Amino acid sequence: MRLKSWQVLAVGPLALILLALAACGGGDNATNTPTATGGSPTASGATSSASPLSGTLEIFSWWTTGGEAAGLQALYNLYPQVCPGNVTIQNSTIAGGGGDAARQVLASRMQGGDPPGTFQIHMGHELLDSYVASGDMQSLKSLFDSQGWNTAFPQGVLDIVSKDGIPYSVPVNIHRANVLWYNKKTFTDNGLTAPTTFDQFFQVADALKAKGITPLALGDKDTFESVQLLETTLLGSLGPDKYKGLWTGTTDWSGSDVTAALTTFQKMLTYTNDDHSSLTWDQANDLVIQGKAGMTIMGDWVDADNKAKGFTDSGWVPTPGTSGTYDALSDTFGLPKNAPNPDAVTCWLKLVGSKAGQEAFNPLKGSVCARTDCDKSLFDTYLQSAIDDWKTDTIVPSLAHGAAASPSWLSDISDAVTSFVSDRNVSTLQDRLSTACKTATVCS
Amino acid sequence: MIKSEAASPPKEGWLPRFRSSPPIRFLTSERAIALALVSPSIILVAIFVYGFIGWSAVVSVSNWHNINPDYSYVGLDNFKDLFQNFRFQIDIRNTVAFTLMFVLACLVIGFVLASLLDRHIAAEGVFRSIYLFPMAISFIVTGVVWRWLLAPRAGVNLLVSKVGWNPDYSWYTDSKVVYVHQGSALGDALHSIGIGFLTNPNYGLPLAMISVVIAATWQMSGFVMVLYLAGLRAIPDELKEAARVDGASEAQVLRHISFPLLRPVTLSAIIILGHQSLKIFDLVVSMTGTGPGFATDVPALFMFQSTFRANNFARGAAISVVMLATVSVLIIPYLYWSLRKESRL
Amino acid sequence: MTIRWTRVAIYAVLVIFALLYLMPIYVLVVTGLKNFREVSLDQMWDLPSGLHFSSFREAFKALDHNMWNSFRMVIPATILSCMLGSINGYILTKWRFPGSDIIFFLLLFGMFIPYQSILIPLVKTLQQGHLYGSLWGLIVTHTVYGIPITTLIFRNYYAGVPTEVVEAAKIDGASIFGIYTRIIFPLSIPGFVVVAIWQFTSIWNDFLFAATLTSNPSVQPVTVALNNLAGSFIVEWNVQMAGALIAALPTLLIYIFLGRFFMRGLMAGALSAQ
Repeated sequence: MRLKSWQVLAVGPLALILLALAACGGGDNATNTPTATGGSPTASGATSSASPLSGTLEIFSWWTTGGEAAGLQALYNLYPQVCPGNVTIQNSTIAGGGGDAARQVLASRMQGGDPPGTFQIHMGHELLDSYVASGDMQSLKSLFDSQGWNTAFPQGVLDIVSKDGIPYSVPVNIHRANVLWYNKKTFTDNGLTAPTTFDQFFQVADALKAKGITPLALGDKDTFESVQLLETTLLGSLGPDKYKGLWTGTTDWSGSDVTAALTTFQKMLTYTNDDHSSLTWDQANDLVIQGKAGMTIMGDWVDADNKAKGFTDSGWVPTPGTSGTYDALSDTFGLPKNAPNPDAVTCWLKLVGSKAGQEAFNPLKGSVCARTDCDKSLFDTYLQSAIDDWKTDTIVPSLAHGAAASPSWLSDISDAVTSFVSDRNVSTLQDRLSTACKTATVCS
Repeated sequence: MIKSEAASPPKEGWLPRFRSSPPIRFLTSERAIALALVSPSIILVAIFVYGFIGWSAVVSVSNWHNINPDYSYVGLDNFKDLFQNFRFQIDIRNTVAFTLMFVLACLVIGFVLASLLDRHIAAEGVFRSIYLFPMAISFIVTGVVWRWLLAPRAGVNLLVSKVGWNPDYSWYTDSKVVYVHQGSALGDALHSIGIGFLTNPNYGLPLAMISVVIAATWQMSGFVMVLYLAGLRAIPDELKEAARVDGASEAQVLRHISFPLLRPVTLSAIIILGHQSLKIFDLVVSMTGTGPGFATDVPALFMFQSTFRANNFARGAAISVVMLATVSVLIIPYLYWSLRKESRL
Repeated sequence: MTIRWTRVAIYAVLVIFALLYLMPIYVLVVTGLKNFREVSLDQMWDLPSGLHFSSFREAFKALDHNMWNSFRMVIPATILSCMLGSINGYILTKWRFPGSDIIFFLLLFGMFIPYQSILIPLVKTLQQGHLYGSLWGLIVTHTVYGIPITTLIFRNYYAGVPTEVVEAAKIDGASIFGIYTRIIFPLSIPGFVVVAIWQFTSIWNDFLFAATLTSNPSVQPVTVALNNLAGSFIVEWNVQMAGALIAALPTLLIYIFLGRFFMRGLMAGALSAQ
């Protein structure tokens, strides 16, 4: 088969054109609809939107399995009742790294000008210092006003989700970071009671260590676990006001009270397991469940883990020195400025901030409502005690989970902590933490 | 015709063999056709590689430290900060350590297995498949499995303890770095010749990295084995027989005949393994994360976290530029040398 | 007698290595066959209490659609990048013009960039081409980033084809393209095998691009779906390991059954021709 030269010459550009055509014409954006149907509790108390909605609503999160996915599905089931019409919900999820993979994809999309309808993001500086600062999020002030959320949510939460008095995201749930979990049987066998102060903690730890039981199980493969341990130690040592001051620049990072807190942190690390860097938090919890360790300090998602593993002998107290303080983190949803189908998104936000929505989501997820008026009876034992605390405790933002500091600042702190867990040098750590505050332009 | 070529010994490395044949004389219209045929690739690579590298370079000298793009020029500040950053210094050390260990292990194990298999082994195909198949698995799965296998509390330690041996090695949770200590004999010797700065953990070997090397070697040594096997099989028996007849021992045959002829294969393997190890990411993320005291942290991971977790785009771009520069430093001289060699023929 | 012992030693070494190489697969399979309560670090080596195929079933149900997506992505991308690599290799070795070596070098360099660093401009570019979020976006991406390695392998391979063959065909009046279709292409089969196997494996196993460039779960390749099986907080290891095996099955089968041709391709000069 002899081709003429011009025919051959055309091959190159032709191939390119073909590719381009396939690109424009093709693309299967077949939408995935994980049901917007199914039996579900009636959506009383949630304001329905006026006109019927349509189109696709893309919800971006990292809730892919277990209770999280179940909770999300419960919200999807409620959606058509609260937001009548025929909206197709696209459940875009990416798992991994406690949201790391999702954050990366989200950043690429937001930078690339292709925002999802709404996305899961932690309350506080994780959102405020990123997409709010860049002007990519809509103000939700009118929504909060019209839905009565200024009274339904505690003031502490309103403070955290707002910048200059304007709220930018709706908290679906609340998790608590300052919880000390212990194995009740291990404690009773050894005649121990759960510690509430650092002194008691070290007494208990010594007793456990003498019996060959790891006092404090730590699994920091994902780094956030040791940052969380630092934050609860800071909180217990400094108290809620000074702790909050760390994030606003009013507390001096180089001060002696911080030094004392860091020294306590250093001491706590001496009671942890050597292989902590190979374990994730749930594998550390396994050690407690198996009786190989006595305690672990971790957020209240441990409750869900215990239930999944059938462990009923778990006890809990606030971490040493933090009774009466709720170290809070929350998953929230906001409204990006160029979001496709903003009406459907706004209705979704109404749903997740509503009593019905939160009552549907939280028992499955294993967290408490951000609202203070949820029906307690829907929740398990631990969560009920958490709900009581939530109504009365002082609320402080969590560091490790994006509420207290910007992502950049948190990253510098995490690096410093990773180094510290290895070299245990308090003055180096304190220097690096002070510098981090200055780099974040919060301290001067 | 190709088959007879394959029987003779490989003369050049399989990486850029610019030498091939004198150019065919052809007319300008044909030249146009030739250009047109490669033009799609050129255009695509120009955009997707060089265009994007350009973007990275621009960001690396910008002030873009938050979500908001800020392209104002800051000169080399980001690079200065980067090289002073304690984590990045550790990353450099880790990359050097990992690359040296990984490449060496793959070459040695690959060669040993290939030379063993080259001896009329029964069920050679089975052995070959077993050594080669880890390549089929993604680095992420490899990382997950080896994380379990080398977890101090389980895995290999557990297996070995079942037969009574309890070394209880800490594998990738080991934060120890092997380096020359100040005040040791070697340390003093280094001081006396003026390179005392080497007595620093940043110039040491992080023991935790060994675990990652094991996993990566498991994955890639089969490929090196196959390369060597093909290379060994291409060595004509006549050469070896001639040497043996002349009285050479097996070891000498190996040293003076096989090794030199395998040099191109070794070079190719080094290039492929080397560039993989400089970019290593998936394996580290799924297996160890950053490791105790950043013992298994690598630049690609630092770059990823800088850009997507800390929103520090400028620092992320600076790291990419450094990674690229490092690779270039290693690859370009080799390519240039090959090019010169060929044009001299 | 000495020879016998050497043979025994050789086989012993080979078998020991084989066991070491198979160790991870044992863990994968055994964990996949357990139920959730049995899965823990300290029971890692224990055989499962029974053959619980439920994790395989669950994993397969979760992954089957995504496996199909992966096939739909890998096959065109492999074909396209192989074709481009072949043509490039052919032109750059047989029809060299001033600057063709520079072009080769520039094409090759694309192999060395760290892909995390080009994610953002990549998303923007695909956005503008209306390719973002679809399998075609992935196909284009993998084709482009496959060009360096495929060109490299084919260039090497074709360098072993003597110029006289091409010269003779030219004298007979064949055009560039004619020579390719009638002479070069038929000779390229071993090269295609090596390149196709390599490309299939790398594209199938890619996670970074798959996760970044597709968000719709119905479009995502299997690597992303497998990762999502893990969940962000609580990991069901038995399902994960079962899923990992299922996701690795196509590439595993390719290496088991086509490994022989891979080797033949290597020997025929894809990597070590003169």
